[in-house]
Amino acid sequence: MDVPEKLKYTASHEWIADHGDGTVSVGITAVAADQLGELVYVELPEPGARFRQGDACAVVESTKAASDVYAPLSGEVIASNGALPDAPGQVNVSPYSDGWLFKLKLANPEELAALLDAAAYRASAGAH
Amino acid sequence: MSGALQRTPLHALHLELGARMVPFAGYEMPVQYADGLKAEHLWTREHAGLFDVSHMGQLRARGDDLHVALERALPVDFAGWPAGLQKYSLLLNERGGIDDDLMVTRLEGGVAIVVNAACKENDVARMRLLCPGLEFSVLDHALIALQGPRAEEVLPEAADLKFMHARTMQLAGADCLVSRSGYTGEDGFEISVPAAHAVALARKLLAHPAVKLVGLGARDTLRLEAALLLYGQDMDSGTTPGEAGLAWAIARSRRAGGAKAGGFPGSALVDRARKRFLGLLGLEPVPVRSGAPLVDASGASVGRVTSGTVSPTLGKPVMLAYVDSGVSDRTHLNAVVRNQPHAVKIVPLPFIPKRYKR
Repeated sequence: MDVPEKLKYTASHEWIADHGDGTVSVGITAVAADQLGELVYVELPEPGARFRQGDACAVVESTKAASDVYAPLSGEVIASNGALPDAPGQVNVSPYSDGWLFKLKLANPEELAALLDAAAYRASAGAH
Repeated sequence: MSGALQRTPLHALHLELGARMVPFAGYEMPVQYADGLKAEHLWTREHAGLFDVSHMGQLRARGDDLHVALERALPVDFAGWPAGLQKYSLLLNERGGIDDDLMVTRLEGGVAIVVNAACKENDVARMRLLCPGLEFSVLDHALIALQGPRAEEVLPEAADLKFMHARTMQLAGADCLVSRSGYTGEDGFEISVPAAHAVALARKLLAHPAVKLVGLGARDTLRLEAALLLYGQDMDSGTTPGEAGLAWAIARSRRAGGAKAGGFPGSALVDRARKRFLGLLGLEPVPVRSGAPLVDASGASVGRVTSGTVSPTLGKPVMLAYVDSGVSDRTHLNAVVRNQPHAVKIVPLPFIPKRYKR
């Protein structure tokens, strides 16, 4: 399963791309997308919404199941992926690029240090 | 459910062919294969899906005065019911509630009954109590369903069967009981095969290019589109046949005023209806799932969704639900998902037409 080295991860299957300017992009990993199956619905947070690390902030749903997405870091939503409501399957096709969910402006950038790296996520998810 | 999960005779084949296994009714069962739920669903609607449903209970009833005795347990009438004909029936309790739904086939010298996996033990215990003179045995056969418009092309040996008919035939070197029925709304067969021959038969069927393995995930969405109720979810021991829209499953002669009226558990209460079963189509894209409350325009609770998904065929949310008797087809209904109301409308069932070969 694809787990890019350049990203950070959570044990709850979110990936985080650190843009280095106090903002990050967030999505769900290929492992999570594969487990859920083809997505049929996404519910994304509105720009301006504020979350603390660990808050449920988005929902991704396949035919089979609904799954919460948790804010991997504290911050304010500055963008969400407007293409997904009409094409949620994009998350399965390219979970790490066109399938991004939302962008955050970080409230506590020091939280970044505690995220998992690719190797730790692979071990946590049992992915090879 | 406690203890180790049971395995079906096809367990190793599932693993070999890329199944994702999940616990289901005490068994380790394939929820999907590599193609995924939606592809498996659509394949079954267009070609033929092969399902392992060996977790279902396969019973045989035998004994003196078999048919008279069984009529004390089930609301059936064996008069004029030829060997080889299969019927859908219900095991009811004294409150008129549905303890299980089952398929009953009259055989030469016996009756075959297929029951839900989770109800197996309770069903056998109740039927032994209701029919003390009969002998009930649980077969350890595998049960393989072949479903879809190309099923007949895959199994030409059974092409002579009509919908809801069954016959014993030789397949993969074993005597199999094959019925033309299923749980998808498509034409197709269910094959009861001795456990030792199950893998050989499955491999033979899978060798046909029209056939792919389909998991329990797609089985659930297929049956939901066809508005076939799931026991334990769309009905349970507190639901009457009248409420579930299943009064037709009670033989006419066993109903009030019929020639053999009553004489089975709950017979006086089967038409009691405190709620109404219906189908709903979501008018917004949000999936509505089992357990979602239904509210009217004022926000008052008027019912509950019992099965729901996004229909892979229609691309829209579809639901089976119960509503209060006061709800009319004109009532404006909302399903509540994550505390938000989403408009739904009452539609005729099934969501997609059934394509049985009668």
